[in-house]
Amino acid sequence: MIGRIGSIYRAAAAAALLFTSLLPAASAGPRIDPAGDQRAFQAYFERAFPGVALDDFANGPYAVNKEMRKQWEEIMQFPPYDFALDDGKRLFEAPFKNGKSYADCFPDRGIGIRQSYPYFDLRSGEVVTLDLAINRCREQNGEKPLPYEVGDMAAIDAYMASTSRGKPFDIRIPDDPRALAAYENGKKFFYERRGQLNFSCASCHVQAAGRRMRGDILAPALGMLASFPIYRSDWGSMGTVDRRFVSCNEQVRSLPLKPEDEAYRDLEYFLSYMSNGVAIAGPGTRP
Amino acid sequence: MPSTIRVRAVAHGESTEVQSLIQHPMDSGFVKDKEGKLIPPHYIEVVSFECNGKTVFTAFWGPAVSKDPYLKFSFKGGRKGDELKISWTDNEGKSDSIAAKIL
Amino acid sequence: MSRAVSSVSGEVSAGRRLVLHALGLGGMAALAVAAGLVPPARAAEEAPAWPKNAFAQKDQAHALDALYGKTLEASDKVSLDVPEIAENGAVVPVSVTTSLPNVTSISVLIPENPYTLAASYRLPEGTEPSVSCRLKMAKTSDVVVVVESAGKLYGAKKQVKVTLGGCGG
Ligand code: HEC
Repeated sequence: MIGRIGSIYRAAAAAALLFTSLLPAASAGPRIDPAGDQRAFQAYFERAFPGVALDDFANGPYAVNKEMRKQWEEIMQFPPYDFALDDGKRLFEAPFKNGKSYADCFPDRGIGIRQSYPYFDLRSGEVVTLDLAINRCREQNGEKPLPYEVGDMAAIDAYMASTSRGKPFDIRIPDDPRALAAYENGKKFFYERRGQLNFSCASCHVQAAGRRMRGDILAPALGMLASFPIYRSDWGSMGTVDRRFVSCNEQVRSLPLKPEDEAYRDLEYFLSYMSNGVAIAGPGTRP
Repeated sequence: MPSTIRVRAVAHGESTEVQSLIQHPMDSGFVKDKEGKLIPPHYIEVVSFECNGKTVFTAFWGPAVSKDPYLKFSFKGGRKGDELKISWTDNEGKSDSIAAKIL
Repeated sequence: MSRAVSSVSGEVSAGRRLVLHALGLGGMAALAVAAGLVPPARAAEEAPAWPKNAFAQKDQAHALDALYGKTLEASDKVSLDVPEIAENGAVVPVSVTTSLPNVTSISVLIPENPYTLAASYRLPEGTEPSVSCRLKMAKTSDVVVVVESAGKLYGAKKQVKVTLGGCGG
């Protein structure tokens, strides 16, 4: 396996040499320019995958590999996340013990809002993801927080995403030094090399995007969170963004962080902002 | 408990297309759990589909059928509004059934 | 009724099948019914039973023998749609369809899996000879489909490459 990862690594290194000028540089000098980064990021993927429509990037590996796409279309005839979607609707609509419900915690009663998460909360000065907001809502209403990554949390995410399908990611970065710092922190996490294999997220999902690694086709980073939560055959169950971040950290043998760790939230903020304009397609299915 | 069976049956003229998805682990008996112990085989053996009192399809499955198994087939003689009954039994003797209207 | 019994010996309950085999009458259950050896009323009531013995076989020849008691001939009238490379061995979409007449059953075998027979479908009259399902593949293997048409077996096969194992199956 290391051998094969090695060859991806070499390919990634070669691609990196070719495209350095197009890539948002990790060390972007003193000026933090999210809008400029986003333009460069999206332009890179448009060039790397001509013919793939912006919204199609939500479909990860299926956007860039025909053979996989055909299997996916067959699986989508009756997607395995259907059970979670129904559970999620039931959970979302069930009142808390105090009579209130999730709808009372969210704008537009929680319907059709997935595309605006994560957002930067100017009051608390931090990035708030949908999952964190779901648990804060529970706590405000005297309920225990849900475990992250799987189960009920993934089911509620699935339902909330389904009500937002077709709405483009619309992540805002307020002109506030704390928000810009969170963005920059997420960006750094994405481009920083780590783990025994010394890979960054970008090594696989930018430079080597669309290539095969073992049985997988590496998803392009553009739009990569738009289909979450996902039912992954490899897991045999649903998983949230946290679950995927943790498992990708493990891929490179680096110690994963705790779900909803500030660094993961900043990373999700960065990645979602890079994908502004890509329509929400979740829940999704993946190999 | 919500049903373990999801079904879509749609009449197109003469023929009714049936798609179903069943929530079931379909454990093969070859997979180990986190403690390294084999998870015993647990899978659906028989699924039957009946329409208007007549069996229209029977599936015999072994442990190689995927988790949350999916099926698609078509039969003649069903009409919009007719009832399709689906039932399964697994190797542990558990079972479930549901009746759905043809759309 | 007699069609249901004659089409697949595995449909006869396991105990009875053993007896019939012992008598050398494995494929002749219909004759047994006709000759009054099996009370027809009982045979009609009995829902087809899960073919336990066939699912326990570890190679194609034995699985086919246990399931049908017949051998297979290749046919270009059987078409099989499987991916060349499975995105995940745990979920391989398989679709079978055929233009052969009087199809009474369709079975799918995966010779490289621990047990060869993956699924076997019974199609009463009026059911179209085509089925789609999702199967597990432990490793790269042929997928073999068998169509029983007018009492004969026809087959087709295609290889599916598996890189991520479906963890047995
Ligand atoms: C060694 C290569 C590698 C590295 C490094 C890596 N990943 Fe992944 N990642 C994968 C593979 C393989 C998959 C599964 C196939 C796919 O969907 O790309 C995946 C999938 C994902 C997905 C799901 C994409 C989809 O469409 O389903 C996300 C999100 C993701 N990775 C994020 C990250 C993040 C964030 C990092 C950095 C912390 C990272 N990855 C680092 C290999 C890698």
